[in-house]
Amino acid sequence: MSNELTVRVNGRQVSISVGATVAAAMMIAGQPCRTSVTGEPRGPLCGMGICYECRAVVNGIPHSRTCQMLCEPEMDIRSDE
Amino acid sequence: MRKEAYDVVIVGAGIVGAACADALAERGLRVVVVDYGVVGSGATAAGMGHIVVMDDSDAQFALTNYSQRLWRELRPELPEDVEYEQSGTIWVAADAEEMAEVFRKRDYYQRRGVSVEVLDANQLKEAEPNLRDGMMGGLLVPGDAVLYPPCAARFLIRRAQQRGAKVKLGATVTEISEKGIRASDGQEIAADIVVNAAGANAAELTPGIEIKKRKGHLVITDRYPGFLRHQLVELGYLKSAHSVTSDSVAFNVQPRQTGQILIGSSRQYGAEHKKVDQGILAKMIRRAQEYMPALGSMSAVRVWTGFRAATPDKLPLIGPFPGKKSLFLATGHEGLGITTSLGTAKILAAQVTGAKPEIPVEPYLPSRLAQEYARV
Amino acid sequence: MNSYSQERFDVLVVGAGPAGIAAAVCAAESGARVGIVDDNFAPGGQIWRGELATHSDSTESSRWYGRLKNVEIKALHGNRVFHQPEPGVLLAESVAGLSELKYRNLVLATGARERFLPFPGWTLPNVMGAGGLQALVKSGLPIRGKRVVVAGTGPLLLAVASYLRKHGAEIPLICEQAPWSKLVRFGLALTRFPQKIGQGLRLRQDISGIPFSAGSWPVAANGKNALQEVTISRAGKQQTIHCDYLACGFHLVPNSELPALLGCKTCNGSVQVNELQETTVEGIFCAGEPTGIGGVELALVEGQIAGLSAAKRNSEAQVLFSRREKYRRFARMMDETFCLRPELKKLASADTLVCRCEDVSYARLQEHCSWRGAKLHTRCGMGSCQGRICGPATQFLFKWNPDSVRPPVFPARVESLIGPPAEQSIPVVTGGHQ
Repeated sequence: MSNELTVRVNGRQVSISVGATVAAAMMIAGQPCRTSVTGEPRGPLCGMGICYECRAVVNGIPHSRTCQMLCEPEMDIRSDE
Repeated sequence: MRKEAYDVVIVGAGIVGAACADALAERGLRVVVVDYGVVGSGATAAGMGHIVVMDDSDAQFALTNYSQRLWRELRPELPEDVEYEQSGTIWVAADAEEMAEVFRKRDYYQRRGVSVEVLDANQLKEAEPNLRDGMMGGLLVPGDAVLYPPCAARFLIRRAQQRGAKVKLGATVTEISEKGIRASDGQEIAADIVVNAAGANAAELTPGIEIKKRKGHLVITDRYPGFLRHQLVELGYLKSAHSVTSDSVAFNVQPRQTGQILIGSSRQYGAEHKKVDQGILAKMIRRAQEYMPALGSMSAVRVWTGFRAATPDKLPLIGPFPGKKSLFLATGHEGLGITTSLGTAKILAAQVTGAKPEIPVEPYLPSRLAQEYARV
Repeated sequence: MNSYSQERFDVLVVGAGPAGIAAAVCAAESGARVGIVDDNFAPGGQIWRGELATHSDSTESSRWYGRLKNVEIKALHGNRVFHQPEPGVLLAESVAGLSELKYRNLVLATGARERFLPFPGWTLPNVMGAGGLQALVKSGLPIRGKRVVVAGTGPLLLAVASYLRKHGAEIPLICEQAPWSKLVRFGLALTRFPQKIGQGLRLRQDISGIPFSAGSWPVAANGKNALQEVTISRAGKQQTIHCDYLACGFHLVPNSELPALLGCKTCNGSVQVNELQETTVEGIFCAGEPTGIGGVELALVEGQIAGLSAAKRNSEAQVLFSRREKYRRFARMMDETFCLRPELKKLASADTLVCRCEDVSYARLQEHCSWRGAKLHTRCGMGSCQGRICGPATQFLFKWNPDSVRPPVFPARVESLIGPPAEQSIPVVTGGHQ
């Protein structure tokens, strides 16, 4: 059985190992997790779920903390605008 | 300790105190404002920041309408961080009885020149798609607005300072006398007139005035731009504000310019501690979900409480304190402090300088409750 | 979507890092009905993240995981405690629902987080905490062949550099802001701690060959939409290094928000505890980093003492006091060695953002004299992180004291704030199975 799965980050397919987090998938795809209040691109900072910079829209749900979320097959992941 | 002399010392740098300082300084008086915290840190910081006309009574309407006009005139000068947004209010009717109230309100406002529009069920749904189905309709008041109160208070204080007013923060006023005030660090400020604008704490400094603390809860969410366009209030709100003895909640949500949703409201008598009251909070959120189910799954970033200054007849106390020539009150604004701060300030400034106020002020005079003060 | 569960425990442990695991194991071994709740999906906290899965050769963690397997503990992973609706009850939220956790005794092992200091460019994607980058690599971010500059302060930097290098990263430089003199003293003092020497020697081997600069700190990060290069101040001169990631953290601060919410007294951000690790609130214990940053050995011994005390095994707890005292000395040494130098206060320029949630610049904050004033008038600290990132930064930059804590202690769904659904009569599910 494959140790990898596929998710979609901003529409693009990304292959990632099983057990990886959504934040890792977004970083692999080179996509920022969110856009700040003044328009800056942002990515994960603390890696432990407290900085909220890793928030993204996961399967339609905004403000999802991606560094504490495991990737699932065919997950739809989009940068939080 | 050093003594200083002023024409007016204002106790309280909340939005009411700030507005009064600005209005008095504009008329050339030497003003100082004293507060134990930072500018706008009491009910000003805790409240929803709405600018609404209310029709609870003719006197309440007169003051809110007057004040709303003043805010509209001030708008072009307000800096960005005040976040003034004319989002309007929709009074939501959930049943036939409340819909009848919508028509009554419409007539009341239209007769007084306030622009309003009745929305039927479809129009309401179009205006606010996230309201649950089954609402009967509502009354849209497009002239109502929302702003961020601490920055509005700061703007007014700054303008007052530009006009010569002084500000002393971090100083707790412990005593008001006919000479002026004394602060907790022993400092005395001499002034011809003292204005008590201390909000929920006003009665501590002026024993006998009928100000009771009316606790409220609010929840603010993360950013969900586009979810809510207008401030929404259920028509049961007035039933809640009317009650003088029991705890109550009502559906009241507000879109902030940031895209965050402010969820309220609650009213409690007799609750003196700041802690979040779980029972009331749960009730308030359940009520909000009845109107907007999608609120439930939103991320709530913060919950807080605050104390409104409530009077027995739901009108503020603006004017001279009976029997004390040098003491004026500008307090007791309950949930309308932000709205009526500007009107209060103009009235107070007229009273202090002996000018003619722009609206009749009898309903707000402290002396109307004179029997209460006779006991003091 | 939303499930609801109700649990009841003799001892509830919040946090499944080393301190929490030690507390839970000791309490369970004493016969108490124990539950452990943690917002990560696997135990280990930060320092033991991923070790359960990878069967790491760290004997300490494998020993504790072994003991964990042999006791009955109800583990609630992926659950984040956010509120106490009434004494003796905590509410925790997961992606799927809400848990109401009733307890007789509580052990708070909420750990620590990195301290971040602002400097130009620190908000660029791929500028992360040192522990932050390590956590991402452990969570699936490939690092082989990538260039990582490691900067900031604290023993964490070496541990992170070692880990990253083992996984194929190229580390052009480690920048430690503490001066050499302090580091040498620290190194010599470590000889008093045999366990630390072993760790230290292994570490030395792991990072041998990696350029290390003391008295050195980041001055700017640059890049178009993500990090491309870092400028370092080193011996009075500036040096620019092209890299893929900057792993930068300035030591740790305690996660004392939940203890504060529950009424536990804190002092300088650390939770006050007595010798049995009990806080100023009866029945609430605290162990590990929240009582004062002290490293994993101290966390383990405090966790054991807390677990035993919570299970009313005070005499067994007392046996561990001297070991705790030994590791407290190490903690004090760490504090002394890695304290922040004043130059770090000058890194931010006027338009450097300090509050990242609300994008508040350094210049705007300079207009205020208190945390409360800044919060009200600029919104600094009012964002989703609830001041966890900007709070320690402003404390260092301006000497402000962050405000009192309010619920929810972490953002939670609006409906979760309601607490248990009144209408439902759920049979009480007691702890006791894994």
